[in-house]
Amino acid sequence: MVERTPFLNLFTHVILFVGFVFCIAPFVIVAIAASHNIKDVNDVPMSLLPGSDFWINIQTAWTTADLGPKLLNSFIMAFGVAAGKVIISALTAFSIVYFRYPGRTFIFWLIFVTLMLPLEVRIVPTYAVVANVLEPYQTIMDLTGLSWLIEKVSGVHVALNLGMLNSYPGLILPLIATATGTFLYRQFFLTVPDELTEAARMDGAGPLRFFIDVLLPLSRNNMAALGTIMFLWAWNQYLWPLLITTDQSHATAVTELKQLIPNVGGAPEWHIAMAGTLIIMLPPMIVVVLMQRWFVRGLIATEK
Amino acid sequence: MASIALRGVKKNYGKTQVVHGVDLDFASGEFVVILGPSGCGKSTLLRMIAGLEEISDGTIAIDGTVVNKLEPRERGCAMVFQNYALYPHMSVAQNIGYSLKVAGIPVAERTKRIQAVARTLELEHLLDRKPMALSGGQRQRVAMGRAMIREPKVFLFDEPLSNLDAKLRVQMRSEIRKLHRRLSATSVFVTHDQVEAMTLADRLVVMNGGRVEQVGTPAEVYSRPASRFVATFVGAPAMNMLEGEVTLDGLSLLGGSRKLGVSRAGLPVGSKVAVGIRPEAVRLVAPKTPSALEATVDLVEELGAGRVIYVDLDGAPFSVVTSETVHPAPGNTVGLQFAEGDLHFFSSETGSRLDVFKASVPEPAL
Repeated sequence: MVERTPFLNLFTHVILFVGFVFCIAPFVIVAIAASHNIKDVNDVPMSLLPGSDFWINIQTAWTTADLGPKLLNSFIMAFGVAAGKVIISALTAFSIVYFRYPGRTFIFWLIFVTLMLPLEVRIVPTYAVVANVLEPYQTIMDLTGLSWLIEKVSGVHVALNLGMLNSYPGLILPLIATATGTFLYRQFFLTVPDELTEAARMDGAGPLRFFIDVLLPLSRNNMAALGTIMFLWAWNQYLWPLLITTDQSHATAVTELKQLIPNVGGAPEWHIAMAGTLIIMLPPMIVVVLMQRWFVRGLIATEK
Repeated sequence: MASIALRGVKKNYGKTQVVHGVDLDFASGEFVVILGPSGCGKSTLLRMIAGLEEISDGTIAIDGTVVNKLEPRERGCAMVFQNYALYPHMSVAQNIGYSLKVAGIPVAERTKRIQAVARTLELEHLLDRKPMALSGGQRQRVAMGRAMIREPKVFLFDEPLSNLDAKLRVQMRSEIRKLHRRLSATSVFVTHDQVEAMTLADRLVVMNGGRVEQVGTPAEVYSRPASRFVATFVGAPAMNMLEGEVTLDGLSLLGGSRKLGVSRAGLPVGSKVAVGIRPEAVRLVAPKTPSALEATVDLVEELGAGRVIYVDLDGAPFSVVTSETVHPAPGNTVGLQFAEGDLHFFSSETGSRLDVFKASVPEPAL
């Protein structure tokens, strides 16, 4: 529908502009605060004219919080989560959509239920499992008397232990297992025409071949969209990294930001904190800008 | 090349049976067309041969090997789908060559065979394009190329021309026919379009309601339809059917208003029959001509080369195809004349063909 209503056009643009200002204002203030020195940043009200200490503050923030390795950690975690999520979502959706096996509906609902159990809800048991991945098996063996039997027969005391605290797998794996991606993929696979599947069967392609040669290339946009969302989500994780990285070498940038925020009684170095925030905000922003085209296509358009 | 043998093939979806025990033999190199209305089980039958549907009961053998439990790729069949089912992200060359890639054939040979197939189908200049950038006819040819490249024993076509416009359909029809002449692989072609069926088939299988109604050459099916269904389904406009009852001296038609002098050949008086006559076999004559039935014209359809004239025969619809220059207008009375040999008789109960009648010249009634 094409409408020529100059007033309405102007009105909608005004609304758009107001919304834009609301969104951008906090970032502008952060950027301005990051350019002040300690005195100016604590003025009330703070001057909205940029100061001249921007690069000094950035450098200070970088060295104080040791952001180099922390950003790398963050990147490894976010990338690992995004990649793992894309792979596991595609595989589970493939299984649910294309195969008929007993218990399929049950598994579908099991995945569905994880939507209602985000990490924050199950954080204590998840921590316990990550602390010793084999703990559940140990428990089962203890309860069934299997470990007692093994000890009696071989004299070996069974104590399974595989800790993942302070490690990349520990950071990444628990964040991967959620259902959103599976559903996104399921919706997409349902739109792929059956005849395509049959054509692949006639061409002699087995299920895995079909998955790799046909489904994955077709779902590129989906992958980009899911990957981007998951990258941002994982990058912004705070609680989980804080909980399991007691060792500084595996801390992420977002948890390290805490170091820059002035404590009670400390010097009110808000300009440094803001500079640090800017640095940490940058990588996800680059990802969004680069992926934007694919991202939008994956979420709205069905390429047919 | 391979022969196909179907023995008591059945298909159920849950409790609904869609194919009721089909027995068919396709000779090696034959072009068989399975014709039927939508929902008659013809596509299901084809998909069972292809291996895309499980066979509920009975056996299908290709070249004497029962293939019930074999995967599609092990059966040596290639299939052309109605919606082409090209891989949208692959180029034409990749689409055609995909089965060879799966089979692990080296790139050099693959390219050579893709080129050869593309040459046959005149697709050489399109090899780098994506399916999206092709016209309907070109997509159709790519789909055929994809089937051809494997040099399959059996070609299966699932209504491949129904998405094309009329002109292209005629063109592709003759291309398929030519292709078959050159490759002479056994071909099974499913369609609901009788013109397609008549022009392509060496042998025609007419199906209805999950059962085979008739198997024969197109000419046989047209001239000696085995059942009332086949009679009305094959031929356009459809064969005229008049309900009749066996009387002492022949047949009384349309509740007794008209009479037909045929010998009743052992059928009990009072048994119900249907009398069929093709619109093409009826001649229009002047009214009051001796031995002609009289009817009122309802509608005239101009075909260019001739006319279809719909008349009303005591309330029963009846059509006549004529290429003569007679030009009756709606409301006119015309005379209808036909030869006895052109009449077909079917049992009203079972619908099967009755060859017991010896038709004689229809008597002018009333």
